[in-house]
Formats: sequence, structure tokens, C-alpha cells
Amino acid sequence: MILYDQLIGPFAEFAFMRRALIGTFALALGAGPVGVFLMLRRMSLVGDAMAHAILPGAAIGFLLSGLSLFAMTAGGLIAGFVIALGAGVVARATELKEDASLAAFFLISLAVGVTIVSLKGNNVDLLHFLFGSVLALDDPTLLLIAGITTVSLATVAVIYRPLVLECVDPGFLRSVSRAGGPAHIAFLALVVMNLVGGFHALGTLLAVGMMMLPAVIARFWARDITAMILIAVVSGVISGYAGLLLSFHTGAPAGPAIILVAGALYAVSVLFGPVGGVLRQLFPGRHLEA
Amino acid sequence: MSAALTFKNVTLGYDRHPAVHHLHGDVKAGALIAVVGPNGAGKSTLFKGIVGMLKPLSGGIDLCGMRVRDIAYLPQIADIDRTFPIGVYDMVSMGLWREAGLFGGIGKRERDKVQTAIAAVGLSGFEERAIGTLSGGQMQRALFARLLLQDARVIVLDEPFNAIDAKTASDLCDLVMRWHAEKRTVIAALHDLELVKSMFPETLLLAREPVAWGNTKEVLTAENLLKARRMCEAFDEHAHECAA
Repeated sequence: MILYDQLIGPFAEFAFMRRALIGTFALALGAGPVGVFLMLRRMSLVGDAMAHAILPGAAIGFLLSGLSLFAMTAGGLIAGFVIALGAGVVARATELKEDASLAAFFLISLAVGVTIVSLKGNNVDLLHFLFGSVLALDDPTLLLIAGITTVSLATVAVIYRPLVLECVDPGFLRSVSRAGGPAHIAFLALVVMNLVGGFHALGTLLAVGMMMLPAVIARFWARDITAMILIAVVSGVISGYAGLLLSFHTGAPAGPAIILVAGALYAVSVLFGPVGGVLRQLFPGRHLEA
Repeated sequence: MSAALTFKNVTLGYDRHPAVHHLHGDVKAGALIAVVGPNGAGKSTLFKGIVGMLKPLSGGIDLCGMRVRDIAYLPQIADIDRTFPIGVYDMVSMGLWREAGLFGGIGKRERDKVQTAIAAVGLSGFEERAIGTLSGGQMQRALFARLLLQDARVIVLDEPFNAIDAKTASDLCDLVMRWHAEKRTVIAALHDLELVKSMFPETLLLAREPVAWGNTKEVLTAENLLKARRMCEAFDEHAHECAA
């Protein structure tokens, strides 16, 4: 019974814990696959930059209509798309590379966002922005996160082949199909969408953690992209569940607790992961005959 | 015989400097053409022009009703991310893109095709191997298997036998001859002149300017080769506009 009290009780007893659990599961399901592709395209830090870029949009939404779910979501989406496209356009039109132009865009965006929030709101609002409120998910927010996850999974399924091909052999994809460009844009849109979803639960700073940490964890356990995606989703789910429990029992803030659990999983993976983990590198076993 | 593609006084290059200068002529359907010339002669540039990766500075390339997607192209340096977690089988299956596209299913018939192509390049048993563990020659074999599946009427190969051992080169040559026998058009950039003389009936000798194009024996004369060797590789920064 102690085990039940520790592991299941909090969720059986408190509705807000159940909501938080469902919310984080949905996030793990949507953001996991996107994170894996970001990592394989060597765009791991792009998620980070985009998360910052969303802030001023959400802030403007907040400025116009207070803590309104619709306004802040729309603002975040618009800001994310504008910055993804803007950085892309500057990169293509000038000598600047895409990562550099994205860095410029998101820094400006972040400064604008923080300025807007502190002019209008107070520090509590700012904290809500940066670290989210996974323990206070209401119905509309939960529906929004679930909706984003649904759209995200469906879109990944549709653009899966060009997405994989563009990672492995972009030249070949260009020579057989025009799907590469649209798939890339759809993929960036997914990044923005999932971050906006994550932002409501975990805040801008941690939303990207739910995207990238499961992906890099998966890298240490699988050599195959399908398995990687599954492992990423599962480790996201585990982080969500264990993080919420940790927060419940210790009183730690829930969002950071979730990411800390993911971080712990990452540390374990680095050490013990069978695909290139530290232990495997140190003790690879005797070599084979052929 | 009808033409598979036509070069219409085409000039291709970078920053207004020509790398292929005023090329004119027909590639006949079913032809097996070697493109020969020193490094920097414009062979790869010409191929990029054919597959539409490079817009001509002037003139044009007429694909005679084909779409660019109907041409199978093996670049000299494929920008393949070899760390990507994907196996040989999946890599080769990409050749089915034209049939399967975004959503088309890969059924038993297609799986057999992939298997046959892998066997044809001598990679049976490598199906599940990650592409990151392949040697250069094995990778080239896998890419040829993918070309086989593409089933294209026109095949463009940019230095396909570079840095490859004799056995592999000879196996891959057999595939090229098979394509030729199937009346496909094959254009390949090569450096091995003995190979060209023994395999390719037709040769284009390029040294930025087209030096000669026609029957291999008549093109690869000592005089023509010397002419090609004298080509100046560097762009002239102060070149005048070409009047032709």
C-alpha cells in the first residue's frame, strides 16, 4: 500500500495531478518525434532558439487580452512562424548562415518579449511565462495540447519519407521530388507548434527540454530511427510521470522536476547506453573473429 | 535515332565565369557517352546543368520532353549523412521513390525488387548494416543498387569509379553495360582513358571549351588530349564579356 500511495495515490486523489499527467504524456508523444528529427538534422539548438522566439508573441497576446489561452497561443504561433521564416529568408538572401541569423532573430525576440511582460505584468506573470504551470492545466489548455499532439503526429506521418530522405541524402531528394522544401517548412511549423504546446505546461525555457532530452536519450539506445522515436516518446512519458511524483512528494516546482528527471535519464544513458555510451566505449568486449 | 537531350549552345558557370563554354550537340537516346577532361574541365558542372541544379548562364539544355525527375543522377560527392541511423536496405529502397512516392506502399513485389538490386551489386547480407559502417566501395555499390531501382531512361554518373578497387569497378561497369544493353542513355565522367576506350563508344572531351565530341577513337587522340591539358583552370578576374 505504501507503494500505491507513493506511485499512484497522488494521481487517484487529485484531479490536477491527473490533468498534469495527461498533459505531459501528450507533450511527450508530440514533441518526441520532432526532437529526434531536430537532433538528426543537427538542429538540436534550433529548438532552444525557437522557444525563446515564441516569447514576444505570447507576450503581445498577454498584453492585448491578459492571460487568455487563445491570444497567447495565437501570438506564440505567429511569432514562431515569423522568426522561422525570417531567419530562413535572411539566410538565403545574404551571406549569413541559417543558425547565425536565427541566433540574431531569437535574441531580439527574447529581449522584446521580456520587455513587454515586465512593462505590463508583474514577476508572477513572468515566472508563469518562463516556467509554465503544469499543475494548473484547465480544460481548454489540455485540449489545445492534445490537439497539437494529434496534428503533430499526423503531420510527421505524412512527411516522414521526405523528412528522413532530406536528412540522409538531400541531393537525392532534390533529384527525385519537390517535396523537400514543403516538408522542411511543415517540419519547422511542427517545432513551433509543439513548443507553443509545451510552453503552456512547462514554460518557454523548459518546453524545449521535453523535445530535445528524450531525443538525445534515444540516441544512446537505438541505431534505427523508428526505435529512436519510440524510445524518445517513452522516455518523455517516464520523465513526465516521475517528475510529477517528485514534485508532489518534495514540493519542487513541477516543470523543472520533469526536466530534471529527463536529465537524470540522460546521464544514465550517457554512462550505460549500448550505442556509444561511456561504459561501452571503455569496455567494448573482445573483438570478434569476422 | 532521336535525341535524349540537346545542348543548345549552353554555357554553365559560377559568378558569370563560364565553366562549360558554348557546348552544342545532341545526346542520342540509348547512347553510352564518356565525358573526359582534366580536373576543373567542367564535367560536374555540365552534369549539374543537366539535372537542373545549375541554371545556364546562356543557351539551354533541352530534355526533349523528359522531366528532370526522369534522370537518375549519381553526384561525385554525394551529400549523404553517413551517421544517419539507416540501413542499406532502406537506403536502397529510396530508389523506388518514383513508384512509391510519399505514401505508396512497399509490397512483396517491391521488396523483391530491392532484394534483387542489392544482390545485383553484390551486397547480399548487408541489408541490415547501418550505412555508417560501409566502406567507400560498398557505399558506391549501394548507390548503384539505388540507381538500378530508379529505372530511369537517362542515367548521369559523375566519376562513379573513383577511389574504388578494380573488382568493384569492374562489377559496376557490368551494370553500366547492362543499362546500355537495355537501351538506356548513360553519360559518365571518367578519368581512366583505357576504360573509356574499351567500354564507351562515344566520348566528349571537355576542357571548359568542348575540345572534341564523337567516336571515342577519333576523340581521344594525342593531339586532342594535349589541347585539353593546356586548358587554364583559373578564372580570369578581368575577363571581358563573351561576345559569342
